[in-house]
Amino acid sequence: MNKWWWKIVCIVLLTYAIIGGLLLDVPHKPIIQESIRNLYFHVCMWFSMMILFTISVYHAVKYLRTNAIRSDILSRQYAVIGILFGVLGYCTGMIWASFTWADPNSSSASSFSAIAKDPKLIGAAIALLIYFAYLVLRDSINDIDKKARISAVYNIFAFAFLFPSIWIIPRILDSLHPGGQGNPALNPKDIDARMRLVFYPAVIGWTLLGVWIVSLKVRMNVLKEKTLL
Amino acid sequence: MRKSVLFLFISLITSIFSFAQQQTEAVSMADTMRQNGKIYVVVAVILAIFTGIILYLIRLDRKISRLEKETHKNY
Repeated sequence: MNKWWWKIVCIVLLTYAIIGGLLLDVPHKPIIQESIRNLYFHVCMWFSMMILFTISVYHAVKYLRTNAIRSDILSRQYAVIGILFGVLGYCTGMIWASFTWADPNSSSASSFSAIAKDPKLIGAAIALLIYFAYLVLRDSINDIDKKARISAVYNIFAFAFLFPSIWIIPRILDSLHPGGQGNPALNPKDIDARMRLVFYPAVIGWTLLGVWIVSLKVRMNVLKEKTLL
Repeated sequence: MRKSVLFLFISLITSIFSFAQQQTEAVSMADTMRQNGKIYVVVAVILAIFTGIILYLIRLDRKISRLEKETHKNY
């Protein structure tokens, strides 16, 4: 993790995503119009969250196999930064939805009741709440080994629950959110080649930023462990 | 003497500003930053925030590296 070249890659890709994402041509669609550019930011938050949670569960399994405390620290920090990206994805989605889904002619309360029951939103909220519970569970156990073991098992459960709550149920039920009939943001009807040119680098860039923050937090925690022991 | 030179300098500078203003009024979209509904201003603002965050991360990275070296020496 001490190699530095991927940090440069992260900075370059994100700078490209910001400049290209705001200035390059996008397809013109009704209702969403220019706000389709949010794809490079809002959707990337969710993609990064899924990737970070996958790495987190990988390290949880690794901890259960090897009992190395380093895997436990890695697993926890990946989960925390995944949650951070998920919360940011939720906040950006709120802003985006209030200008595309909400009817400007009806009151905000009735718009809210129409939007808030969207299965995609509820599924994402459930998934995030389960991960919040992961942190609560973890920090409520004092014994280091017990804490690591129980939270690794719970991490696997939380990851397994991502499948129904954000990948299966929103596709079965009707949703306002685009991509219900296929994969959101990967459907050729939603985005074209011009957008893919920015979208994929943006996903990689945001994920690398998450990994960078995780690596800093892990190094800090390892230092703390060393000075304590 | 000094004061009068300074006064002259300031009046020159302000006259340049007023001249510049007249020019922009005549050609209102001549500046790059004012093209396309001033979208470049948004790009500049977001880039400024992004550079700030990245510089902070780099600084943090270096600090932790230094700490790691120190603890490696001590133990």
